[in-house]
Amino acid sequence: MVILPELVLLIGALALFCVSLGKNVSEQAAKNVAIVFGLGTFAGTLLAFNEQGTLFYGALAVDQYSQLFKLMISGALAVFLIFSQSLKAIDQKVKPEYYMFLMLSVLGLMLLVSSVELMAIFISLELSSFALYLLVPMRDDATGVRVQMEAGMKYILFGVMGTGFMLYGMSLLFGLTGSTYLANVVEFYAEGNLQPTAMIALVLVLAGFLYKLAVFPMHFWVPDIYQGASNETTGFIATIPKLGAVALLIRFLSLSGEHSTFLVNLMAALALASMFYGNLSALVQKDIKRMLGFSGIAHAGFIMLGLLSLDSQGYGLAIYYIAGYVVMNLACFLVISNVSQKGENLCIEDFNGLYKRQPVLAFVLAIGLFGLAGIPPFVGFMGKFMILTSALSGDHLVVVCLAAINTAIAIYYYLSVVKAAYTGEPGEQPDVTVHPIIQVTGAVLVMAICIMGALPAKFVAFAGTVVQSIQ
Amino acid sequence: MDLLVIKEGFPLLSFLIFFPLAGSLVLLFFHGEEFARRWALAITSLTALFSIPLLTGFDAASTKYQFAEAYKWIPQFHINYIVGMDGISVLLVLLTTFIMPFCVLASWKYIQKRVVQFMFCLLVMETSMIGVFVALDFILFYVFWEFMLIPMYLLIAIWGGPRKAYASIKFFLYTLAGSVLLLVAIIALYLKSGSFFIPEMMWQPYSMTFQVLVFLAFFLAFAIKVPMFPFHTWLPAAHVEAPTAGSVILASILLKMGTYGLLRFCLPITPDATVLLAQPILWLSIAGIIYGGFTALAQHDMKKLIAYSSVGHMGFVTLGIFVLNTRGVEGAILQMINHGVTTGGLFLCVGMIYERTHSRELSLASGVGKYMPWFVTFLAFFSLSSFGFPGTNSFIGEFLVLAGTFEHNIFLALAAIPGAVLAAAYMLRMLQKIVWGGTNNPDQSYLKDLGIREIIVLTPFLLFVFWIGLGPQPFIDLMHGSVTHLLDQFQTWQQHGQVASLLLK
Repeated sequence: MVILPELVLLIGALALFCVSLGKNVSEQAAKNVAIVFGLGTFAGTLLAFNEQGTLFYGALAVDQYSQLFKLMISGALAVFLIFSQSLKAIDQKVKPEYYMFLMLSVLGLMLLVSSVELMAIFISLELSSFALYLLVPMRDDATGVRVQMEAGMKYILFGVMGTGFMLYGMSLLFGLTGSTYLANVVEFYAEGNLQPTAMIALVLVLAGFLYKLAVFPMHFWVPDIYQGASNETTGFIATIPKLGAVALLIRFLSLSGEHSTFLVNLMAALALASMFYGNLSALVQKDIKRMLGFSGIAHAGFIMLGLLSLDSQGYGLAIYYIAGYVVMNLACFLVISNVSQKGENLCIEDFNGLYKRQPVLAFVLAIGLFGLAGIPPFVGFMGKFMILTSALSGDHLVVVCLAAINTAIAIYYYLSVVKAAYTGEPGEQPDVTVHPIIQVTGAVLVMAICIMGALPAKFVAFAGTVVQSIQ
Repeated sequence: MDLLVIKEGFPLLSFLIFFPLAGSLVLLFFHGEEFARRWALAITSLTALFSIPLLTGFDAASTKYQFAEAYKWIPQFHINYIVGMDGISVLLVLLTTFIMPFCVLASWKYIQKRVVQFMFCLLVMETSMIGVFVALDFILFYVFWEFMLIPMYLLIAIWGGPRKAYASIKFFLYTLAGSVLLLVAIIALYLKSGSFFIPEMMWQPYSMTFQVLVFLAFFLAFAIKVPMFPFHTWLPAAHVEAPTAGSVILASILLKMGTYGLLRFCLPITPDATVLLAQPILWLSIAGIIYGGFTALAQHDMKKLIAYSSVGHMGFVTLGIFVLNTRGVEGAILQMINHGVTTGGLFLCVGMIYERTHSRELSLASGVGKYMPWFVTFLAFFSLSSFGFPGTNSFIGEFLVLAGTFEHNIFLALAAIPGAVLAAAYMLRMLQKIVWGGTNNPDQSYLKDLGIREIIVLTPFLLFVFWIGLGPQPFIDLMHGSVTHLLDQFQTWQQHGQVASLLLK
């Protein structure tokens, strides 16, 4: 059963579809089904972790590489489903559908990470994206200005544009090589065919995934969609799809071999532009989700820096970094989703005095933000440090110095949230009560942030070997 | 790894690092203010007790890193967990372990809200401070060095005075901004030397440009921490707003990390750049001494006064380090300890007065001598020590530094003298106001003199003021071996360097 987790997800989506058919939709039932199948997917991934194989005429290759990503995706999904139980801003009537599209989106991502054929990649990416486009406007209209509709429209338009680039690149690849299998494309590039068309094709395909990862200049959708989508949806968009994007970026980048200076220079420029744009814009944000969106652009820049070395060690570091980033972001969104009383957006001053209102969540938020800021011994620091080391060993001194300066810029806006939570006065804001299970989940995330940061050796080594296996 | 004397059996240094951390984890699960106070006191006292074997087992004749432990940590990047201690760090480690119990005692009554979290922060702080002084792997060092910002930030931001938000953010941003390029320098050194093991980075033939760049990155990070003029502006703000224990930790231990870093890293890793850039740094130190003195003279806030006096005192330390001779460096290390003891004592005294009058204004605290005789006795001795009165600890330190400076450059030494005079001026001014005041003293008759707990807190500080002041030899003996070794290597290095440059011509 090499695709056990995908099957579980598919059955889960169907089950949710059946739930949604009922006349009186039971919120509880939808939630329970979702959680059961979410945990089931995680269990399924664990069970199938050591299995490998190819399916569908070689379009899907379940190898160690995709298994690692599936494990991360399903783990993140389980955590996400646990902390977003209440889905405050989603209309009760559409909750089963919400969960169904969520499952389908994750299914698309799971297929995506094991796809090794251009059409399969395209189809699974679209499955995941279109399900996601629908989640954004499902927010109820509490503000009355229908901001979620605007966000949904923007998301779909920008998304289709990104896909268009990618599809054009794929058509060029097919035209050049006469095959849609990545293995054949790799052979073509390995022969040293780096004439302009081949490079353009590669860059266009990469653009589609840079869009998902929100790297400058494919970042335009981020702030408005982060703000317009409900807190939980943003938490999902900010974390799990990025895993899939990194997985495919690595697959395509490893096509280019290690000789392309053009690609390296382009990526260095994109990395720096993302960092500066993300960090400087985040400095002035009042809305916490917008701020995290811009910070996500900056972190995407760091991932590009890790990919810059175009070797398996750098790819392994990028995987480590994105894993850490997902854990830290989940911790932040766990807090945001639960501090928000009715699912409204939160400004930074809404966190005032959180330590008095809910000390556990304040602690989780502080660790998550300090981690994102890259303070040791958390995972953000180790990822940052190792990526800087790898980039500097590739003689990118100026890039590394500028990236280091960016960490100093970034600390200010992360700290301003911690400051609000720990030194602000609660004022009239009510206490926050959360279920113990959410506190436990938060504690687990904090532990993951600390342990991944303090003992990264095993993970990095494993990610490195796994990447080698696909090259 | 012949530079290390591996400790067999009980891993003492690791125990000292992680015992407070383990103690702090207990506080996550047990609440109760009284319990937290007693528990923190027990943990810090035990840590202090367990650090005594460091002194008894220390071989001052050896120049190797003792009590060392080495384990693999991240093999892909050749990062290891290596800790060890030599004559330069032994006193700083002991200073840290011994000051912490008194910080807990000083916060016994001062901290009334959220005691558990406060003690948690103190214990975590202790872990990272000991870690900084004993880490021999640069990444390990950096982890402790940066991590420390979080508990210190919280100590100021939560339990601080009225402008705590401003002060804490400024502290965090300043120190973090200073150390981002330090990380780049560390990585660059690793790529040149192939290891993060600090002693292996030392005395390597790096090119001059590389050395200067690395030196500047180091210097920025450490000078902000010291803080050297003109990077000092975070210090008064942080000191003034921090609670007493925070001020004591800041003054006694945190500032020493900067000078420790200069001594441990700049001199041996970038010797040529050190020689090249020593002169401007020496004059910056002089500027710091004079500036700190004059600014302290004008303060009405007692904590601010002591904070600016710290800028001056730390100027003496950097002066001693960069004259690059045995007297100067030994004086500098001794002065680090002295400043820790004396300024720690002064901040405790101010904290005690603040607990009574709820003000740090000099004018509101004037004329308390009549009602608090014990208090002013302690305060008088600490003040005398602060401006280097003969017979107290700072006299020895400053004397050694000045002697070393005279050896190096007579004009420099002459320029430092006014600093010593200024110190007497501002300290005596403060002492006079607090003890006697003037004709318009506020009514101080409600003040109670020190209690037993407060006397217990202050006495050991006073003991060390006189011990180092009257019999400094045992302290100097501890560091002498390592300091001579460092400077010998420095001399040999320079000779080699000159020979090489002659040959090249």
